[in-house]
Amino acid sequence: MEIIEILFAASFWAAAVRIASPLIFATLGELICERAGVLNLGIEGIMVAGAFAGWMAVYSGTGLWMGVCVAMIVGMLFGTVHSILTVPFGLSQHVVGLGVTLLATSSTYFAYRLALPEVTSPPKINSFQPFEIPILSEIPLIGPALFLQTPFTYLAFALVVVVAFVLYLTPLGLAVRAAGENPAAIAAQGLSVTKIRMGAVIVGSGFMAMGGAFLTMSAFDSFFFEMVNGRGWICIALVVFGSWRPGKALLGAVLFAAFDALQIRVQQTSFGSQVPYQIFLMMPYVLSIMALVVMSRRAEVPAALMVPFNKGER
Amino acid sequence: MRLEPINNPSLARSLVPPTIALGATIVIASLLAMVAGANPFSVFGLILSGALGSKFAILETLNRATPLIFTGLAAAVAFRAKFWNIGAEAQLYAGALLTVLLGTGLLPWPSIALLPTLAVFAILAGATLLLVPALLKTRYGVDEVVTTLLFNFIFLLFISLLLEGPIKDPMGMGWPKSARVISEARLPRLVDGLRLHWGFSLAIFSAICIWIIQTRSTLGYEMRAVGLNKQAAAFAGIPVNIVLVKTALLSGGLAALAGFSEVSGLKGSLTLDLSPGFGYTGIIVAMLALLHPLGVIVAALFVAGIFVGADSMSRAADVPTYLADIMLATALLFMVLAIMLTRFRVVRD
Repeated sequence: MEIIEILFAASFWAAAVRIASPLIFATLGELICERAGVLNLGIEGIMVAGAFAGWMAVYSGTGLWMGVCVAMIVGMLFGTVHSILTVPFGLSQHVVGLGVTLLATSSTYFAYRLALPEVTSPPKINSFQPFEIPILSEIPLIGPALFLQTPFTYLAFALVVVVAFVLYLTPLGLAVRAAGENPAAIAAQGLSVTKIRMGAVIVGSGFMAMGGAFLTMSAFDSFFFEMVNGRGWICIALVVFGSWRPGKALLGAVLFAAFDALQIRVQQTSFGSQVPYQIFLMMPYVLSIMALVVMSRRAEVPAALMVPFNKGER
Repeated sequence: MRLEPINNPSLARSLVPPTIALGATIVIASLLAMVAGANPFSVFGLILSGALGSKFAILETLNRATPLIFTGLAAAVAFRAKFWNIGAEAQLYAGALLTVLLGTGLLPWPSIALLPTLAVFAILAGATLLLVPALLKTRYGVDEVVTTLLFNFIFLLFISLLLEGPIKDPMGMGWPKSARVISEARLPRLVDGLRLHWGFSLAIFSAICIWIIQTRSTLGYEMRAVGLNKQAAAFAGIPVNIVLVKTALLSGGLAALAGFSEVSGLKGSLTLDLSPGFGYTGIIVAMLALLHPLGVIVAALFVAGIFVGADSMSRAADVPTYLADIMLATALLFMVLAIMLTRFRVVRD
């Protein structure tokens, strides 16, 4: 019955929301790219680069929010590389995406070694601290989960609302969605499919980098290799799980994170200590695959996802 | 801008873009070397001599190229049919696992019988592992990129579990490593006294076999047709899903041979650091080789040379060894762009 106790602990839900936050940023980023018709497999590497850039900026003296901006700009730079190759040149989104992941990861590690040649344990920064929202944070169970988080987490939730608003209620959002569904119609309207898609990939990559930055600036307070550890790939699964909708993607990220928080806690129970810890560590990946299998059947994939658009070609 | 296909590309058209791509890669690497405070000429000199400068260096490069030929072939075969197997890392470990399970004394056979058995079981293990994502793709339409990527994480944790439990070497002083394979399960050296083993010849042989399959067999034709246009292939009566599954089995088996060859030829036992990302690097090898099986040999030697050279350059010039990975990533991105520009013209409108 330890599991019931875990589920009704406020710290459990607070942890779930904390674990979900980086996934929310990166999933939204990937969602925007895919809604415009571009699969961005650079996500894993862009998260690594964002994690390092934000942390390094703060370590060298900028403020925390400035660090978030630096991470976002670095992400957008890699997004620019990705979008130039995949949109106007229409190169394979698989190959370019994996190439960008390799480029972003290796340049991050290169920069890390140059910046800190002799360190054995990376330095810590003063990361975002929880900000208590008065009264609301005293609601039992969900109070600490939703209203006693760092400002970076609040930003993640705000971003879901902003992205949903822009995507569904503005002409820009309509154009982005149409670029992923029927790019010829966009071109017929006299709009540039190339510009819309490139913009979506660049902005989306910025969000991915913010997801990475959350790891070093809010979840942990330091950067280490392998810290992203497949989270980017999980976010690609979360986009499918959320049927390319921001609200559902948020739900998926929180559910996933709750499961992750649960496995960490079950590991420490009397039952969990008898099971090899690797089994628990496998769970997030197994869960992602299962989610993909269940959701792929009724997924409404953007019709022009991974289809390059070349004007004048029928 | 838009792209216009070129019908009869001139010789210059075919040669200039790839040359510029290579040059641009070198320029970027030079700039990074300068940022790191080193002279780019000496950095490239050190990479070159580190990769080819001595008999030892050349053998090291050939040894490093061996698993990359296998994983490069695995990617090349799959990508040709547009089956995106990014899981060669896991399949490599599957092959290594079977080699260790059967090769540490379970089958007390002479080399002549044991080695082929180990290779066959390794292939089966890798193929089986990739069968799951392949069936998920053909049955449920689940994108194989994500499933094969996630399988890498799952399978490495599984190997870690085994190495800390059931197959842990009791004589291993507490390290998470398996027992060593028996001497009959070791691939012999190609030349006495030199570190190069028969795995290298097996890799070359595999590349030639794949080349023959691709150019001379029905399966090769079907794989290409499926890769070029699935609908058209289906319309022509090619069983697309069966071809995809066959491709997956072939690809997984090839990646697993890398694991067999590393354990049996080089390391002798299984550890979690058996592969420093050979599965992922194989993708770059395949792309640089333009998915040509024989080109994979050349590309693997090139990539291995850069890695081996960068290792020794890093020690001598104090430039982080990750320079090698950056060079490969930029070479890959520039090269796919250059290859496209040999066949298309950019037109302003």
